[in-house]
Amino acid sequence: MSHRTTREHDELRAIVRELATERIAPRAAEIDAGSEFPWDLKELLAGQDLLGTCFEERHGGTALDNVAQAILVEEIARADATTSLIPIVQKLGALPILIAGSDEQKARYFPRLASGEWLIAFALTEAGAGSDVAAMRMRARHDGDDYLLTGSKRFITHGSIASLLTVFALTDPEAGGRRGMSAFMVETDTPGFSAPRLEHKMGIRGSPTAELNFDDVRVPAANRLGDEGDGFKIAMATLDRSRLSVAAQAVGIAQGALDFAVGYAAERRQFGERVADMQGIQFMLADMASQTEAARQLTYAAAASVDAADPDLAYWTSCAKLVAGDTAMRVTTDAVQVLGGYGYVSEYPVERMMRDAKITQLYEGTQQIQRMIVARQILKRAGVSRAAKPQRGTPSA
Amino acid sequence: MKIVVCVKQVPATTAEKRYTADLRLDRAAAESVINPLDEYAIEQALRLQEAGAVETVAYLSMGPESAAEALRRALAMGGEEAYQVTDDALAGADQWATARVLAAALDKLAPDVALMGMSSDDARGSLVPGAVAAIRGLPLLSYGAELQLTGSTARIRRLTASGFDILEAPLPVVASVTDQVGEPRYASLKGIMAARRKTLETWSLAHLGLSSEDLHGAALTRVVEARPPEAKAPTERVENLGPAEAATRIADWLTARKLI
Repeated sequence: MSHRTTREHDELRAIVRELATERIAPRAAEIDAGSEFPWDLKELLAGQDLLGTCFEERHGGTALDNVAQAILVEEIARADATTSLIPIVQKLGALPILIAGSDEQKARYFPRLASGEWLIAFALTEAGAGSDVAAMRMRARHDGDDYLLTGSKRFITHGSIASLLTVFALTDPEAGGRRGMSAFMVETDTPGFSAPRLEHKMGIRGSPTAELNFDDVRVPAANRLGDEGDGFKIAMATLDRSRLSVAAQAVGIAQGALDFAVGYAAERRQFGERVADMQGIQFMLADMASQTEAARQLTYAAAASVDAADPDLAYWTSCAKLVAGDTAMRVTTDAVQVLGGYGYVSEYPVERMMRDAKITQLYEGTQQIQRMIVARQILKRAGVSRAAKPQRGTPSA
Repeated sequence: MKIVVCVKQVPATTAEKRYTADLRLDRAAAESVINPLDEYAIEQALRLQEAGAVETVAYLSMGPESAAEALRRALAMGGEEAYQVTDDALAGADQWATARVLAAALDKLAPDVALMGMSSDDARGSLVPGAVAAIRGLPLLSYGAELQLTGSTARIRRLTASGFDILEAPLPVVASVTDQVGEPRYASLKGIMAARRKTLETWSLAHLGLSSEDLHGAALTRVVEARPPEAKAPTERVENLGPAEAATRIADWLTARKLI
């Protein structure tokens, strides 16, 4: 499987790169230093129709394919990882609706999401339910025709600034996380909802990561996605697709660090010569470039598998996220090394890129979770069935 | 009311330029963009259209086939239609030939305003707007910081050393604008997608009733030499020294060159 981008893809890359270079990159350092969400860049992206790429035209979107969406994220992340989260999370939050929403539900919310008027967030993780999603404790109880949601979520990107959330909660605790979970769309101005606390993070510091509290938040049944009990399946199908965005983000972060390191090596002189003329530096740059290219091609191949609705798409997106996340970490670390002491100080952007890169190994499934998914797929292909083992944490999942 | 903006595709300012054996720019070797100064003309035309003063914004470019990319990008920013004049006989065209061809195409399109950037980023001759106006026998309103339109006249505000000159002429006119009209917009994604469906017509010299002979082989001028600017001597740095020693070093350097 190989992937070549189309003329339309290249055109998209050119316009996003221009925008990112001229308008986003100059803001990256202050966004990081001030830990402030870049509302101005949200408006910029919305104004250029770049927050609606996963929505159909009838909902005000541009319905780009997944390769194009990856290119969009990659080019923004090349300039600033925090800003790239704006389109990433807009899609992540909307994916449960794209996957399981009714036409009426899509028509109700998508136009405001596609235009960027509303931000959306994906509220799945809890303090005690990270990788082990099924250990969720948040409840959704029936109350007349409505549900009352009670509990709390943690590590929710954009949770404090979103107007809409896709929230996962147990409708049937007896059935456990895998069968008793349901998904809901919750408007954040509903009484009982609050975002009391933000995390202080190593990287992606301009992107608010919130703790969310739900105290009997009333949600109409018309806002449930799919049937009761579909929540776990919807969450997994979402993550199988959304981790593609993280792979693209990682590729962009790596490329940004590589580009800066190359430019620096061409300028910096030591021992009477440019450091770019030293083979030790050249070999590092060559490794950084080839690894970034490999991660990029794998990401596009995974994007093409999502476009083709490949039954094996989870394998591809997990491979891509695993390789790209590790690549971003390695390449940004090496970029700091190429800059030497200058790489370690905030005067230059590579230390920020290194801090930003780390998150791509953690969120939307840690690298260890990606390995579990990849291993499961290859063993399944080899006809090796999963060994039965006692379930931990959640009852009878 | 109709504006035709003349657009030139040029090598990116930062691109490394190379010449072919016959001293023409090697276009394949450098990334191409819309002449940045033409983007201000596009922006001016689109602002007039948004203000309701203009119904149609069209683009015209003379250049190799690849110049269609510049026209598509212009259409992505806005406007309705684009026309490209491309012909093997135009390779190496100088400013006179360019003006001749653009004038013929503009005669065919008959806009109220033919609008141009003040200069191209590669040749920087700034002669084409005046030449087109002269060939077509129309008033020239050049170097406008802003273009305004009434029903029957065009007016520009031109920045001078002492203030502004206001120049007005009856339509139709040829006009050029500077980078003071306001920052050009970025093409939006929907703009780019819509541009793929907009009209882009291609014309040869024959379409314009011109022949290679009319253009004297595309140029009245001849390029006799082309070379890159001379490399500057490397910057000498005075680093990691105490203030007194650093100052002495700099003073010695200046003294050695009889600068102080």
